[in-house]
Amino acid sequence: MGTLLSSVVSVMFHGVAYGIVLYLISVGLSITMGLMGFVNLAHGVFAMIGGYLALSFMDQVGLNFYLALVVSSVLVGVASILLERFLYRDLYGGDELEQVLLTIGLVFMAMAAARYFWGPLPQRAILPIELMGQWSILSRNFPVYRLFLIGTGITLFLILWFVVDRTGYGAKLRAAVDNQKIAQAIGINTNLLFTVTFAIGSGMAALGGGLGSELLAINPAYAMEYLVYFLIVVAVGGMGSVKGPFLAAILLGIADTACKYYIPEFGAFFIFVAMTFLLLWRPAGLLGRG
Amino acid sequence: MEAGRFAGTRMMEKHNAETRDTVLVRLLRDRYLRWVEGAILLLILITYITFPTYHTLLSQIFIFTLFVLSLDLLVGYAGLVTLGHAAFFGVGAYSAGLYAIHISPEPLSGLVVATSSAAVVGLVSGALILRTTGLTFLMLTLAVASVVHEILNQAGELTGGADGLRGIEMSPLLGIAEFDFMGNTAFIYSAVVLVVGYLFFRQVIRSPFGRQIVGIRENAIRMRAIGSPVYLRLLAAYTISAGMAGTAGALLAQTNQFVSLSVVTMERSGEALIMLIFGGAGKLFGAFVGVPLYMLLQDLLSRYTPIFWVFWIGLMLVLIVKFAKNGVLGVGTRLLNKYRSRHG
Repeated sequence: MGTLLSSVVSVMFHGVAYGIVLYLISVGLSITMGLMGFVNLAHGVFAMIGGYLALSFMDQVGLNFYLALVVSSVLVGVASILLERFLYRDLYGGDELEQVLLTIGLVFMAMAAARYFWGPLPQRAILPIELMGQWSILSRNFPVYRLFLIGTGITLFLILWFVVDRTGYGAKLRAAVDNQKIAQAIGINTNLLFTVTFAIGSGMAALGGGLGSELLAINPAYAMEYLVYFLIVVAVGGMGSVKGPFLAAILLGIADTACKYYIPEFGAFFIFVAMTFLLLWRPAGLLGRG
Repeated sequence: MEAGRFAGTRMMEKHNAETRDTVLVRLLRDRYLRWVEGAILLLILITYITFPTYHTLLSQIFIFTLFVLSLDLLVGYAGLVTLGHAAFFGVGAYSAGLYAIHISPEPLSGLVVATSSAAVVGLVSGALILRTTGLTFLMLTLAVASVVHEILNQAGELTGGADGLRGIEMSPLLGIAEFDFMGNTAFIYSAVVLVVGYLFFRQVIRSPFGRQIVGIRENAIRMRAIGSPVYLRLLAAYTISAGMAGTAGALLAQTNQFVSLSVVTMERSGEALIMLIFGGAGKLFGAFVGVPLYMLLQDLLSRYTPIFWVFWIGLMLVLIVKFAKNGVLGVGTRLLNKYRSRHG
């Protein structure tokens, strides 16, 4: 009984940490899909580039861990504005096929570029000394890094929630998700709103990529390998929401960890089956409308 | 004022529908159709004679053309964007492989079994997921493909898991043509199946059923209003397409005598979409142009830039979406129309 309990605690803990990483990366995608009606399969690229940049800053430039993460997320966020302005904007709310193909093209380009600059092998995650040990809570050991991850993720989630629920920017954002045309008609500058939101989402993804580089190893195939997971978070959580993806990401993190721990012989089979039936039951996701 | 605007919109809609459909209508009704078909057939025969050392590669091109043709039925004609079409290709490939190992090495019956099993998987999964639309549908196609991938991966004792399915041995085709190392039999076999598959596909597109699924692509609500059972029509298209993809997968398994898990990955589904868009979706011959073009490009690029070739494919995709939305055939038609309008 004791071993079962400790394995449950451990699975929950690792699952939540994993879910937090998925959330940080996917929340921007949820907003892009809900707000702009854009299927951005290249969203994982932001996380991948963020991870590569953060690790390079630490390794080659010698920035400290936290600073490297912040700088790389800001860089990716700013760079994503160019992408949004020149490539994505024309396709908003348009033909899904074009969006899918354009973004697959971008994934291909990013994969090749990453391989060219950083080589084919997965990058070794770098952690500062204070995040390496274990903390003992109730005579159980928890890795500090994962505790830090969970703390950061929950803090960011609460900030996002506050911004979207309580600020003028958040009200405009919610208005535009609900009805873009009316939002525009009452004088909300939706173009600017889109750009700012897109940049924030990409920056968060970059942060997730860098912060989670020990859980999701940064490698050239990253943007394709984990794409399914990011999409599951968005589809299950409900597009255009901040809370839905959080719930979905934590659920997915725990479920995936539990499946790998208890029934490794089935792989991710049950995850996909569960997702299929969940989407058939609630096509708009857990917290989505419609 | 109101009536005038209404008439204006209607005229504009009519105009749009006309320009969008001219290519299709022209290809379907025109005398050009026979010429294009004849040219393709001739090209196949010529390549058989002129490139005897490339028969294996060419048979792969035919197989993928059949696969992309099946995808065109969904994406180009029915307007269903899927990221999981490789699932059916994979089901076909694994069914054919397992049938050859455990039941009979006879290729034609294997083809039939593989086609039917892929069609059944298409029917069942389609019946579930076609109730949704848009992004949810897209996600569900991905989910179904992932489920198939996981089953094939985890049922290692039967499928060989990540190592792939080995030990497929085929008996001679029709009892006479041995599958040889030069790929001669593979060439003829896949070319004939492709031609039969194409003729079937053309018949489907030209039938009232084919016109209905195009109508559903253009406006599903109006189709329902005029009494077309939208869900059942889409389900039929989905099943047919899955079956055809299964046929292609079976051909691959039988001619390569090996199946790897890569046939059911998302990359494979994405690649098929790319090949389709290279040629042009919803244009009958899109697959015949896009697949050879893509495979040729891949071959050339990977020879000159072994690491970087994926980059160029990606860039081309971005440029096509930005500037040449209807693929090579679309650009061709545009030039043809320009030429015609200039010269009467």
